[in-house]
Amino acid sequence: MYELIDVSKHFSARGRVVAALEGVNLTIARGEFLAVRGPTGQGKTTLLTLLGALDRPTSGAVTYQDRNLATLSEVQLTELRAKSFGFIFQTFNLIPTLNAHENVQAALVPLRTSSAERHRRATEALESVGLSSRATHLPTELSGGQQQRVAIARALVKEPEVLLADEPTGNLDEETRSEIIGLMMNLWQERGLTLVVVTHDSTVARRATRVVHIRDGRLSVQGGSLVQR
Amino acid sequence: MFFTYLARELRRRSRQAAVVAIGLGIGIGLVVTVSSASAGVKSAQTQVLHSLYGVGTDMTVTETPSTSTFGPQRFGGFAGGTRPTGPFSQTHVRTTPGSSTIAQSRVTEVGHLQDVNAATGGLSLTETAVSGTFGSSGSGPSSSTGTAPSFNFNSTSISGVQPTDTGVGLLSASDVTKGRYFKTSENDAKVAIVSSTYAKDKSLSVGSTVDVDGTSLRVIGIATPPSSSTSTDLYVPLGEAQTLAGIGAKVTTIYVSVNSASNVSTVQSEIKKLMPSATVTTSADLANEVTGSLSSASSLATDLGRWLAIAALLASFLVAALLMLAAVSRRVREFGTLKAIGWRTRRVTGQVMGEGLVQGAIGAVLGLVLGLIGVELVSAFAPTLTATVGPSFATGQGNPGGGTFPGGEGFRSRPGGFAGSGPGGGFANRFADLSHTVLVHLTAPIQGGTLGIAIGLALVGGLLAGTVGAWRAARMSPAEALRQVG
Repeated sequence: MYELIDVSKHFSARGRVVAALEGVNLTIARGEFLAVRGPTGQGKTTLLTLLGALDRPTSGAVTYQDRNLATLSEVQLTELRAKSFGFIFQTFNLIPTLNAHENVQAALVPLRTSSAERHRRATEALESVGLSSRATHLPTELSGGQQQRVAIARALVKEPEVLLADEPTGNLDEETRSEIIGLMMNLWQERGLTLVVVTHDSTVARRATRVVHIRDGRLSVQGGSLVQR
Repeated sequence: MFFTYLARELRRRSRQAAVVAIGLGIGIGLVVTVSSASAGVKSAQTQVLHSLYGVGTDMTVTETPSTSTFGPQRFGGFAGGTRPTGPFSQTHVRTTPGSSTIAQSRVTEVGHLQDVNAATGGLSLTETAVSGTFGSSGSGPSSSTGTAPSFNFNSTSISGVQPTDTGVGLLSASDVTKGRYFKTSENDAKVAIVSSTYAKDKSLSVGSTVDVDGTSLRVIGIATPPSSSTSTDLYVPLGEAQTLAGIGAKVTTIYVSVNSASNVSTVQSEIKKLMPSATVTTSADLANEVTGSLSSASSLATDLGRWLAIAALLASFLVAALLMLAAVSRRVREFGTLKAIGWRTRRVTGQVMGEGLVQGAIGAVLGLVLGLIGVELVSAFAPTLTATVGPSFATGQGNPGGGTFPGGEGFRSRPGGFAGSGPGGGFANRFADLSHTVLVHLTAPIQGGTLGIAIGLALVGGLLAGTVGAWRAARMSPAEALRQVG
């Protein structure tokens, strides 16, 4: 599904160039559960943003389903994000003025579905994460675990092909962490998603089909059958 | 989703939205108030000009007066050249000092000029009554023996008007509030229309009689002219006025109405060719002569008021834009998330601009309310303004207050020295009328166009603020936005 060939990402900050990623080569198969591990600030999130077409590499190619994301226009990238990629963030990133149901509906707005269709699908998505009873609650009225469930529902309501999660359990207590990981695992298995999770959590990593490590922007692989640097 | 998100966001930062709306409201309110006050001043100026030379008049024609028209007022009738003694009373009717006469035939000639709608003649007269007592032993002012003389002066202003109501001139039928206007057949009739002020002062009503230099005139109507301070006490048919003054077919002013504002200059030139020595005054000329507090108010409304409104408006736009920019900057992560889940940039910017527009609309409503309050305050508390126009020849020439006795000795009027009574007052008041003063109560009429512009400005202000914010939101890349700390 994904092929990264010699991908580098550099940032300029105060006249200095920071290499977040350097010469990354990686292939991700359809339906795979890939865990990305590494110390903080080593390029894990940067890798995720490239996979999710949120950013473009400085050099190299990020190919998704035979399309080089670096060469697509902003409109094409936006369309990919709208239809094919679902995101889950460490800090949940729910819209604070919208309730749980409306936050889930927000993911369907770019698809130009009818209001009734949006409502139906959002209801189903909240049911699938066990939060039907909290549909009208604002994010500030939900616990961390509940907010992350809403975020998962929002990511999955559009039926994406890829689910990209950046430290999805990072802000949760241990018990809630297990719940969320369990939920994500179930959904991954039920829907045949390709799941890429950036995590410090070893319990998450243990459940992945493959784990890759990033240090100083360079990738190394643990397990699986991918290209090694 | 658009309106839900918009409403929830404005409610979340309601305080900030209120500041933006209030700022815009104050700017708009000032625009409405100043525009309405300016309109009121213009209306007052028009009212002043109408009262100065009549309704429906585009220009007036007068003859440049010679200095003799300011000369001493002569009272005659003392036989033998001896100095009188004892009680004395005399009345005469003359053209108002400072005015010259024009042959009435000129009125017809002017009326036949191209582009002239109508021309009517008017005759400005003053009835002056002197009564008093000469001192004993033939003493006069120059004598140093015997008792001093004492005199009272009364004057009544009279305007001769053509009985046909052409809608041009000093008086029109619509000004008559009781009784009726003159009939066409009454050119030489002994009838009069009195001003409401004069009628009240002299306790006159329709059907009363009023004496003018021994001629009894029957009051057929009471008029309230355009301005309450117009100086005419009696309006008399032109023919009768000419008889009272004993001057034959003459007028002192020709009132001219032109068929189009663009032809005023042309007609003015044609009249000057016809009557080279005449003074032709248009409304523009008269407007330039107006002084007084109305003139000051006009400058204030036009200059200070306009710039104050512009400054307030610009300040409110700036505040709105800055606050919107700050709000968008605080929502970086939110917009990054929306872009990450597939929202197009234009959808995000549209949301921000919609928020700006709604704040502008709220500001417009607030501005209209504040503007209406401002207008009411101006109308309620504005002082009565004065407008004075004084033709240049009316200042200080000759001896406007003087008179002579036969025998050649003259007397001079002293301020307050010769008391006058009645609305016309003494000589001093009559010459004050040459520099005509009108009292006007300032109002601030609201006009539909002003309201439309005000609403438009508020919406533009809101849209401007929204655009600034939207520009900021559009420039964010999702990854960069998500890297921002919450």
